[in-house]
Order: sequence, then C-alpha cells, then structure tokens
Amino acid sequence: MTAIALPALPDVGEGDVRIPPSAVVSDALAVAKRNLIGLMRVPTTVVFSTVQPVIFVLMFRYVFGGAIRVPGVSYVDFLMAGIFVQTVTFGSMNTGVGLAMDMQSGLIERFRSLPMARSAVLAGRTIADAVRNLFVIALMVLVGFAVGFRVHTGVLEFGGAVLLLVLFGVAFSWIMAYIGLSTGNAEAAQAASFPLMAVFVFASSAFVSTATMPGPLRVYANHQPVTATVNAVRALVLGGPTAGKVLTALVWTVGITIVFAFLSVRRYRRAV
Amino acid sequence: MSTNYAIHVEGLVKRFGDVLALSAIDIDVPHGTVLGLLGPNGAGKTTAVRILTTLLEPDAGEARILGMDVVRQPNAVRASIGLAGQYAAVDENLTGRENLRMVGQLTRQPASTARARTDELLERFDLVHAADRPAKTYSGGMRRRLDLAAALIHRPPVLFLDEPTTGLDPKSRSDLWGLIGELVSDGTTLLLTTQYLEEADRLADHIVVIDEGRIIEEGSATDLKERLGRTLVEVKFPTTRRARIAARQLAAIGPTELSDGDTTVGVGVTDSGKALLDVVRLLESVDLAPKSMAVRQPTLDDVFLQLTGRGPSADDEQPEPATRGAA
Repeated sequence: MTAIALPALPDVGEGDVRIPPSAVVSDALAVAKRNLIGLMRVPTTVVFSTVQPVIFVLMFRYVFGGAIRVPGVSYVDFLMAGIFVQTVTFGSMNTGVGLAMDMQSGLIERFRSLPMARSAVLAGRTIADAVRNLFVIALMVLVGFAVGFRVHTGVLEFGGAVLLLVLFGVAFSWIMAYIGLSTGNAEAAQAASFPLMAVFVFASSAFVSTATMPGPLRVYANHQPVTATVNAVRALVLGGPTAGKVLTALVWTVGITIVFAFLSVRRYRRAV
Repeated sequence: MSTNYAIHVEGLVKRFGDVLALSAIDIDVPHGTVLGLLGPNGAGKTTAVRILTTLLEPDAGEARILGMDVVRQPNAVRASIGLAGQYAAVDENLTGRENLRMVGQLTRQPASTARARTDELLERFDLVHAADRPAKTYSGGMRRRLDLAAALIHRPPVLFLDEPTTGLDPKSRSDLWGLIGELVSDGTTLLLTTQYLEEADRLADHIVVIDEGRIIEEGSATDLKERLGRTLVEVKFPTTRRARIAARQLAAIGPTELSDGDTTVGVGVTDSGKALLDVVRLLESVDLAPKSMAVRQPTLDDVFLQLTGRGPSADDEQPEPATRGAA
C-alpha cells in the first residue's frame, strides 16, 4: 500500500454533505477577492468604465448643457445625478462580460466541480463589482465637483445617495450576470447588453426632464427603474420631496435583485 | 457491489436533443487503477466525464464515485474528486500561488493546510520559479501543470483528467505524463480521456474505447493490441519492381501490402519470430535480397483504425472509409 494517506472523507451514507451556511459567505468573499485582484491587475477595465461617463459629463455640461433648460435648478446639478446612475448601470455590464469570460476559460466548470456554495461565484462577482462601483462613483463625484456640481443637502443624504447607487448597481449586475451566463461568450454578452442599457439609460430622466418626451415614451420613461433611481438620487443630493422617490427606487432595486439573482443562480447550476 | 469500485457507472444515458451522446454505458474502475477512455472527437468522452464530476445530470442510469451517487450526493462527490478539464481552468490575473490558495480555500481547508499544500504542489509541479507571476505569463505546459495542481489541492482520491495533454508540445506532454504516473503510484484512482493512443498505452491499466456514445471495445493495452492489432514484417527493397515480385511470393506467408512508394512489402503475421525465418528463407530461395527488414509491433492506432474505421483524431471534414463499426 502507499504511504500517502487519503484524507478522511465524511461517511455520508446515502445523504449528501451539507455546505455550512458560513461557507456561503466565506466562499463568496474568496471569489470576490479573486475578482478584485483581477481588477487591480488589469486597471484598464476600471479606467474605461470611467472614461465614458467623464466624456458624457463634459459633453452634456459644455456642449448640450447650454441648450437644455431645467426649471428651478442649474443643469450641472441636475445632470450629475443622471451621470452617477448611468455610470453604475453601464458599469454592471462588466459583471456579465466577466462571467462570460470565466465560462469561456473553463473557470466556471472548475468552480462547479468544487464542494463550494452554489451562490458564491455569482455573489463574489457582484460583491467585487459593488466595490468597483463605489470607487467609480467616488471618482465621478470628484469630476462633478470639478465642473461645478454641488451637493445641496447634507452628508447623510449624500451618503444615502451613494448607498442607493451601489445597491442599484448590484441589481443591474444580477441582470447582466443572467445575460452573461446565458450567452456564455464575452462579445455576445457585451453586444446583448448594450442596447438594453441604452434603452434604460437614455429614455430616462438621467439627462433631460421626461416632461419633454412624446406621450408613450414619456409613460415608459416615467415608469422604469433608471428614472426611479435618478429621481431618488437627485432628490437626495438636491433636496425637495425625497421619501417617496427613494422608496420607489428601493422597490425597483430589491425587486430586480431578487428576480435576477434567482434566475442567475438557476442558470449557473446548469451552466454548460 | 458498486462500493468495491472507485468509479461505478451503470446504464448511463445522456441525450442532447436528438443526439444520443451516451447510450447506456457501463464502466467500473477499481481503486488505485487508471482507466483510459479513448475515442474520437464527439464520441461522448467529455459528456461522460461531466456527468461523473456532477457538472451534468444523466437522463438515465447511475454513476457512483466511491459509492456516492453523483446526482443525489453531489457535494460529497465533489469533495472526493479532482477535475482538470480540456482547457487549463486557471485565473489568468492571479499568480500561480494565488490560484492554488483560492482553490484550497474553496475546498474548505484550513488556511495553514492550504498554504502548505500550495507550496508542496508548486514544488512538485516545478512552478516555484513562476509562483508569483500572473498565470497569463505562463506557457501552455505550465498552465496545464498549474491546472492539474489545482485539481489536487484537496488530495482527492479520485481524479478526472479530460484530454490533459491536448495541444501540448511533446516535451510538456511527456513531463505531464511523468507527473500523472507519480500520482497514480500514490494510489489515486484516475479516469483519463484522450485521443492519443500513446497516452492511453503509457498511462492506462484498462482502456475503454467509445464511439458515438457506445463502448465498442475494452481491455488492457496489450490485450487490445494482441486481439485487434496485427504484427507486420516489413521488408524494404531497392526498387519497386523487386518489391512487387516479392509481394506476390510473400503472399504465401500472410496478407501483404505495399507501402512507402511501393518499395516496402508488409506481411501480416501472428508469430513474428517464426514468420521472420519464413520470410528470409523464401526470399533466399527466389534470390531477392532486401535492403532492410523490420518487425513492426501493433500500435493502439492500428486498433483504433480497426475499430472505428478512422484514426483517433480524424477530423470530421475528412471523408470516412465505408468500414465504420467493424465491431
């Protein structure tokens, strides 16, 4: 016989080994750590997710901004809430693209063959993307300050706005996770999510007041998650009636997260 | 009894739409042995491995690893197996060391154990010099070694390697074979899929040949070669004219074929020692002096060709001979 002792495996009879609840958290953190190391080693991903919103800030602030009138507020203050939401929404595409790349590279297969929590790969990815979003939001706030944006409320409201933005980013990350796992191909995931993002972000109150849009478009724009979140963030940083808008935004955020986390985990279990 | 085997597969069926990927296959792998699953692309090898490693559910039949059911006890199975798939599944942005520690952590080992095991594997797989470089800087052979190390981090008693050396250069392939050989001598049970007959010949105790989802032959490498391959006495002549004359004469000893621009006559024989003498005597009697003579032992490639009517890695684009399904 051999000198190498095989590890003592639990004798489970006909039952299965249970994944301890603590593992749901520790496995997710292990995967999140891996993704964050990746982000730090390949900073281009983070850089590019800020380049686009910065261009939008400059374009809307200095090119179109002069022609856009928003009653009762300076356009740069109006704009930045939209830019923040746009940043986290488009940033969520990284979640889907990253997962699709992991499928292509065979990493997802490895994870699925390990005795780890089934939710960990997806949760770890969304946690890492939330951290990235926080960083990108901070950067965009600085850009905003540089072009004349000011917070009209207090620190508490501003903190609430950042928290809402991060949560909304997580919600959209789950939509993108589902798309990424369904396509299983980074280019396809990107191609599939861009038009979707555009429909959410541009047909919203992010850059202009929805009141200027024609009938059916206005109805859609007024009743979709990006508008709800932009309105809530805007109220949190500029003042005015806030509670109802934040509640609407939270309902969308929580709803999207629950539905797409469920769909994504189910998709992950039978990912090919 | 199924628990007498490290891997026990009975009547396993998997369909993808209308395609029958596995049609009721049975496989038993005794503890501490190596099974080579051999077959062309699309034969069902990877499907079988994916079911056995809990990645895919079968449509019918049963598969047990160390007595545990892959469908009903997936986590218990996952804790006992290591898998290295067709592509090296490593995180390119992490270093070799980080990759191994991550997998160590995800297999729920104490941090100190995972660290020690990581160092041990880096050493054993000759990756110490590259341990702190991102895996994207690794060569193909290094990636495969890292991937194999990751599959071993939790000391799984049963290991699955799906085409472990596909796409590697001969040196890296032979290095990897050496490492796999060591694992097996440590008592690990191994199921290996491959398109390379040499690989199965070198590593496997028992070979199962599958084609179109069915087992078409099985046995040890020697077994298969004896039963299905044939020994050739190859006689090379300086001119094609002499070779043709010799071929007619040598047909008295066994079936002949001309090759190598019609300068070499191959004679199919069973007892190569006796046949060699017969060939020499016959050539002497008709005064035909050969340039050289050799005995070619059967290879698994011959066996494969015999069984499936095509080479092991034959591309689908190639026209297939009409002799399919000889078994």
